[in-house]
Amino acid sequence: MSFGPVHALRAASLTISAGECIGLVGHNGAGKSTLANVINGRLTQTQGAVRYRDGVGELRNSQNAQNAGVRSVFQELSLCPNLTVLENLRIPYRTMPRKGWRRAARQKMIDALDLVFPGHGIRPGATVGNLTIAERQMVEIAIAFADRDREPSLVILDEPTSSLDAAIARQLLDHIKRFCAAGGAVLFISHMMGEIFEVSTRIIIMKDGRIVDDQHASAFTRSSIVDAMGHVAPDDDSADTDQTARTLGAEVVRSPNGLNARAGEIVGLAGLAGHGQAEALAQLYFDHAPKWKSTSEPDVVFVAGDRARDGVMPLWSILQNLSLTTLPEFSRKVMVDRGREAGLVQSWQDRIGIRTDNLLNPILSLSGGNQQKVLFARALASSAPIVVMDDPMRGVDVGTKKEVYQMIRDEAATGRSFLWYSTETDEILECDRVFVFRAGHIAAELTGDEITEENILHASFEMQEAAH
Amino acid sequence: MTSDRLRLLLPVLSLAVLLGAVFYLQPRAMSYFGLNLLFNLAIPVALATIAQMMIIMVNDIDLSVGTFVSFCACVTATFVHDTPLLGYAILAGAILAYAALGALIQLRGLPAIVVTLGMSFVWGGLAVLILPSPGGASPEWLRTLMTLKTPLVPIAVIAPLVIAFAVHLLIRRSWIGVILQGVGGNERAMERAGWSVVRLRATSYGLAGLFGVLAGMCLVGLTTAADANIALRYTLLSIAGVILGGGEFVGGRISPFGAVIGALTLTLAASFLSFLRLSPDWQIGAQGAILILVLAVRLLFVRKEATA
Repeated sequence: MSFGPVHALRAASLTISAGECIGLVGHNGAGKSTLANVINGRLTQTQGAVRYRDGVGELRNSQNAQNAGVRSVFQELSLCPNLTVLENLRIPYRTMPRKGWRRAARQKMIDALDLVFPGHGIRPGATVGNLTIAERQMVEIAIAFADRDREPSLVILDEPTSSLDAAIARQLLDHIKRFCAAGGAVLFISHMMGEIFEVSTRIIIMKDGRIVDDQHASAFTRSSIVDAMGHVAPDDDSADTDQTARTLGAEVVRSPNGLNARAGEIVGLAGLAGHGQAEALAQLYFDHAPKWKSTSEPDVVFVAGDRARDGVMPLWSILQNLSLTTLPEFSRKVMVDRGREAGLVQSWQDRIGIRTDNLLNPILSLSGGNQQKVLFARALASSAPIVVMDDPMRGVDVGTKKEVYQMIRDEAATGRSFLWYSTETDEILECDRVFVFRAGHIAAELTGDEITEENILHASFEMQEAAH
Repeated sequence: MTSDRLRLLLPVLSLAVLLGAVFYLQPRAMSYFGLNLLFNLAIPVALATIAQMMIIMVNDIDLSVGTFVSFCACVTATFVHDTPLLGYAILAGAILAYAALGALIQLRGLPAIVVTLGMSFVWGGLAVLILPSPGGASPEWLRTLMTLKTPLVPIAVIAPLVIAFAVHLLIRRSWIGVILQGVGGNERAMERAGWSVVRLRATSYGLAGLFGVLAGMCLVGLTTAADANIALRYTLLSIAGVILGGGEFVGGRISPFGAVIGALTLTLAASFLSFLRLSPDWQIGAQGAILILVLAVRLLFVRKEATA
């Protein structure tokens, strides 16, 4: 599979049989999404062939895939936000009987949501745009598993749990197991090792467009997977570096709801997804960012998690995207100093390892993880003492994460403060202090040794248990 | 209250306030005859607004509605009146041309704003060719239909409601409407699901053409004659009507009832200003001020909705 001169997929031969759950891992840009897109027929292979269970040669791959019951859920949401949940089921279900379709769609949607996420609380008549991002993801997953004209035979899930909290992700994993036990197949792409090991019967490792390992799940350990993905950073605990005592400065920021940070501190925002962490960060950011005038010495910079919505300028080059925040700092009067801009971007490419041969390529030519690196560099390149991060590691591979963790620690050592919302416990454990959010408020503040998964979960769930 | 209802509340309220103001200034408007006079010119505006809504629904904008309605009015007043068969064929051809434009915009990835701006000169030119000076005559049945004496409630009130309800059924309730709205909501998702976006965009443009034709015909039925420049201001009125009625420029969020009510409000605003005895020189500006006021209030509504 090639995109122009770029070979996104070179040697990848793969057979998926009924009842299998295949975990697909690989670092960013390894070709996982491309492989998934070739399987579901969205991309036509430049060489080789894809065969489906009851595929006939004449049809296009996408039609064959549809006929064979291949469904996919992708990282970028593919719902129509202006339509209701049940109307969104109508879109992929093209051959739906026309008479009484609303009632049928409502019933099918309720069935599918109940099946995958019992107790979901999503009304089929709700407009998708009014749902939280986690609920949208749930709807999308439910639509993929829904009973349409054909039963789903193979469901491709690309980072399905990225915006789900632990309890909902648990339901999904349970459903995947049930689905496979009943004879369905799942291709599960994830960066979360725990999930991969929990559901997969077989694990495939991709690297640079090739399948480098393909064995029964029991043949792997976490560290052997990381090794096979070819990253230098081993999966051992970097706790020792974490604990190097930094001298924390004075408090640099405090918001009305009690969120605060000291100079040189890494503050985590934890809790179940969608409990007000992102809003708290946005509020803090807008309170400190100048409203009318850009300044050469900003107080605070923002790293977006939802790249497409508030991160990337899709038509711009990598260079322009990276230098965006720092333009006022690096410019003379009103003119951009092109030389310094290029120098800055070049130095950040070296530091953060953006995979491209030409920084003038459009940003969308990069894989998701590399786009995220650009956004990181954009923020870190600024001189702002406070960095606000809204779940920035969504869909970023383990190796990159380790590099970024190290970079954050180094930056914190120089006196920068980080406010870091994350849905992943590993990341929260990197923080000096953690605020656990529940229903829009801070439910707990944990420091030092108190920051454990149990404490965070306890604080996130307390109220809900009491309510029962 | 669902957000859709909330969106509809504002256009309804602004219409009620304006209506109240008109009745206060001119109590005699509060009659069968008065209402008919107030609203009968709103019927073609409402149809043109629906046409614009079909385009805004798929994230485009149509700058040729005004000249297109003028063109259709000229065809109705001449060809449809003199040689009905040829006249209807021309109108059908115009609808097909609209559908073809939609397909072209999708296929070549052209910006709709440029294509429709260009087309506005084409339609305008054709209208002048057909009817160089004001004139023509309305087909008899059309005249009868538009001046129908309905019992109790005048046709000028019934017709917009019927239009809104019919379009509501077509766009908000039927599956085809859902699919068309999907194009505005998430075009890529539609493509992935295997729908032909070319065909869908052509359909919504075709529907826009259909409602544009209906607007032109109604206009002739009311005025009994046509002019090449008869409906030029419909372009901006229709865009304003859609937005006033709770629609959004992007994202496929539209409301047929809202759009029709928006059109009624805009027509009424003009009458209201006349009743105020405002000099015609100031009327356009005052109309704009009313529009800005209502839209500002709507922004507050939307903000509240977002935080709720």
